[in-house]
This record gives sequence, C-alpha cells and structure tokens, in this order.
Amino acid sequence: MEWFVLLAAILVGIALLMSWTAGRVDRLHHRVERTSAVLDAELFHRSGAAVELAASGLLDPASSLVLLDAAHEARAGEGAERQQAESELSRALMAALDSADEVARLQRYDGADELLHDLGNACRKVELARRFHNDAVVSASSLRRTWPVRWLGLAGHAPLPHTVELDDSWPAALP
Amino acid sequence: MRIGLVCPYSLRVPGGVQNHVRDLAEALLDGGHDVSLLAPGEDDDALPDYVVSAGRALPVPYNGSVARLAFGPLSAARTRRWIREGGFDVLHIHEPAVPSASVLALWAAQGAIVGTFHTSTARSRAMSAASAILRPSMEKIGGRIAVSEHARSTLVQHFGGEPVIIPNGLYVDRFASARPHPRWRGPAGTLVFLGRIDEPRKGLAVLLESFPAIMEKRPGVRLLVAGQGDVEAARRSLPAAHRDVVEFLGLVDDATRSQLLASADLYVAPHTGGESFGIVLVEAMAAGAPVLASDLPAFRGVLDGGELGELFPVGDAAALAESAVRLLDDEERRSALRRAASVAVRRYDWSTLCRDIVRVYDTVRATPGAVGEKV
Repeated sequence: MEWFVLLAAILVGIALLMSWTAGRVDRLHHRVERTSAVLDAELFHRSGAAVELAASGLLDPASSLVLLDAAHEARAGEGAERQQAESELSRALMAALDSADEVARLQRYDGADELLHDLGNACRKVELARRFHNDAVVSASSLRRTWPVRWLGLAGHAPLPHTVELDDSWPAALP
Repeated sequence: MRIGLVCPYSLRVPGGVQNHVRDLAEALLDGGHDVSLLAPGEDDDALPDYVVSAGRALPVPYNGSVARLAFGPLSAARTRRWIREGGFDVLHIHEPAVPSASVLALWAAQGAIVGTFHTSTARSRAMSAASAILRPSMEKIGGRIAVSEHARSTLVQHFGGEPVIIPNGLYVDRFASARPHPRWRGPAGTLVFLGRIDEPRKGLAVLLESFPAIMEKRPGVRLLVAGQGDVEAARRSLPAAHRDVVEFLGLVDDATRSQLLASADLYVAPHTGGESFGIVLVEAMAAGAPVLASDLPAFRGVLDGGELGELFPVGDAAALAESAVRLLDDEERRSALRRAASVAVRRYDWSTLCRDIVRVYDTVRATPGAVGEKV
C-alpha cells in the first residue's frame, strides 16, 4: 500500500512539473510571436519616417534618393534579406544625417523638427523592440534546451525561434 | 499612462536605488502620468502620497551590506492586492532579483512588465543557484533595463539576452544651480568626500591614508568628509598631527551637499568596489566639482575613460595623493574638467531619461496584456 501511495505522489509530481513547464514554454512562444510583430511594426514605422524625410525636400537630392531606395528595399525584403536591407537603411540614415550641425541646420526649416523627432523616436523604438524580441527568443531557446522540455517534447512542433540580427544604430544627432 | 513602480528597499533609508525610484516617480508625475510606488516600510505621513507600503521592512544582511527588505506572507498578500487593485498599464520593477517587494511583485504579476537592474555582482555559486530559481519569473519581464555597462554584463552573464542601458538619473539643474560658499573654501584647496564613513567599500580609509602626503605638499588644504558613521573611529585612524585637520560634517542635507560639491576644488571618490554606476560622480560633475576617482569599471564608464575626470588605481593611497596634488596645482586642468563634465552630465538629466523610459513602457505595452494578478 505504501509503495502505491509513493508512486502516485511521484506521478502527480511529474505531471505537475510537466504542465507547469509546458505553460512556461507556451507563454514564451507567445511572447516571441508578439515581440516579433511589434518589431515588424516599429521597422515599418521607421522606414515610413525615412520616406517622409526623403520626400520632404529638406535633404539634398542625392541623399533623398539613397534614403528612398533604402527605405523601399527595407519594406520589400523578406527574412534574412530584410535584415540586410534594414541594416542598409540604418547606414543610409547615418550617412544622410551624419553631423549635429547638419541636423541643427535642417531643424531651422518649417516642419522639419517634427519629421526628425518622429524619425528619432522610430529609430530608438526599433532598437528597443529588437532587443526585447531577442530577450524573448533567448529565454525561449534556453528553456527548450532543458531536459524536461527535450525529453517530454513539451515544445511540440514549434520551430526554434531565432534572434533578429541587424544594425539598428541611428544618427546620434537625431532629437 | 498608469504606472506601478516597485522598490525593494525602504524609502526611509537613503540609497542609490531608492533615490532613483523616487526621482523617476516624480519625473513621471511631472510628465502627466499616474504613478503608484510600492516599497517596504510602515505607512507613514513623511512619505509622498503616491507611496504604498509593502509591509514592515526587516534589516537583513544581503549582497554584502544590511538592507531593509519586506518579505513573508503579509508582504506577499499586500503586494498581490496592490497589483490586483492598481489597474496598471505597466509594472516597472526595480531590482527584480532582490528578495523583497520586487521578487514578490514579479511572482504575483503578469502582463506588461519592465525590470531595471541596478546591481552588479561577480558570478558566484549562490547567484547561479539563485538565477535558476528566479528564471521562471524573469521570463515574465518584457523589457529589461540595466543602469550601467557593468550591471548589463552581470545580467547577461546570469540570464543572457540583450538588456538596454538607461543610466541612473538626477535633476541636473538642482546641482548646477548650487554656488560655492566661502565657509567651505580652504587657502590651499578643498577636498570633499561623500558617503558612509564606516562602509569600507566607500574607501574613506584610502583617502585618509593619502591625506598626510597631500598636506605635506599643500599645507592648509582642507578635507571635508560628509556622511554617517563613527567619527571617533575614523579620526583615530589618522596620525595625531592630522587628527584635527580633517573635518567630519556627519550626515548633511541635500542643499548642503550640493553647496559642498560646488565649493570643492576636487571631489574624491576612493571607492574600492560594490559600485554599479556611480551616480555620486555625476552629482559632483553637475555641481561643478572636478572628480578624482578610483579606477572601477563603473567609474571609468561615467568618466568616459578619464576624459571627464581623473582615475587612480583602486586602493592606491600613494597614487591618490600624487594625483590630488597635481590637480590642485593645475587650475587649468581643473577648469577643463569642469567644462567637459558640465556638458556631459546633461545626458543623465531626468528630462532625457524619463523620455527613454516611457519609450520602453510603450514598446512593452505594445505586446498586448494589461498588468494583472497571475492566474
């Protein structure tokens, strides 16, 4: 009788651990999906702000064209290509707005301040969104490497999430 | 936005984390946000009305010093109720790994949660064991902030990922508006030390050891020591000839503190460790005191590797004395440091930091789920 109670207690313990861990895996997968959607939205916002700046006539025509092209490529890209294109957009922005003097000069024009603020805000939010997404990915991957998840297949068939690697630096002079 | 802030340490005791959280609460209120701050301590009238008590704070040795923490079933119940009834859009927990209101809040909550990490601790077996226990709740934090490069690397070591850095802040103008006062000026220069005098990591012993050598080269130099602790014991550690020269001021109020810094020819930070950020250096810089600090990673970061103030090897009294004498002799160098520092401290002003922190809130909130009690 006693061994029976002991066995039942062990089984119940394992079942509790399984359901608790499965809940953690599930929540982390959701967080990975949601943060990925947020990152998408912020990247879209940033390329939009870049297009607006390029179309505003504030920049010289060469910078405007480069920026417009980079923003367009960033919006059209998929997967790894997109990460590449978004990094190119960061570099195009840095080239177009490379000095504090240049940014200060632009800010003297009507409406420029708002465009630059919007762009600065978008750039910073891209950085935050990417980092928070990668945080979620790292948490999910490290949980999936633990033995209860691997041995009991608690992650189901969900693909292993990947971190998003792109150059999200922005022109330091942006307001 | 309705924001719930959690501070693990009692607000009645001064400290870096507590000051940061209070200043943040006030900066957010100024920005038109709605703030409630949960912290250990009795309900009392001396605290602002946005503060909510997480239960009685007990003094416990933690992380190398004695901290007043709130834990136990009563604190847990209060924390749960605060979360349930708070209706927060975002929950911002400071030091989510400290076993006090912070750990309790993180355990009890779900939804949009931001965590700020202040401490940096070297990797230890205890910490590694703790990180295994804490991991499931850490997974709930949607946005992680570290206050310094040092705090960030500690965090990455234990939990991985890519935390963002948003430094400790201060109201720069409160310090910058302080003016030098003749009562603190010395004929051969004034050195200022701030911090608990019986806390070895604040390094007063190193400064006292170096002081005779400084006095020999610059007779008439003053050393003002402001901070709590056993004055007699500190005085006994000095050679008899110098005992009456060092002036111990005890604990001073904020206005006196700024005035002291504004009057200093040199602010000396001889800390020997345990510093994650070094807000006191930024305060000194904002008040216009040239800084001479020990070469800790956190201080090196704040001083831009020595551009904004001078560094000396940690615990090296002879090097401290040599640098102090050289700087006191060199008015031009001190003016240059003052000028560079007064520009650099702007990045630590709450107006800048509050904007950055609200941006973190917005990003974390964009992943749906309002703050509520864990089901």
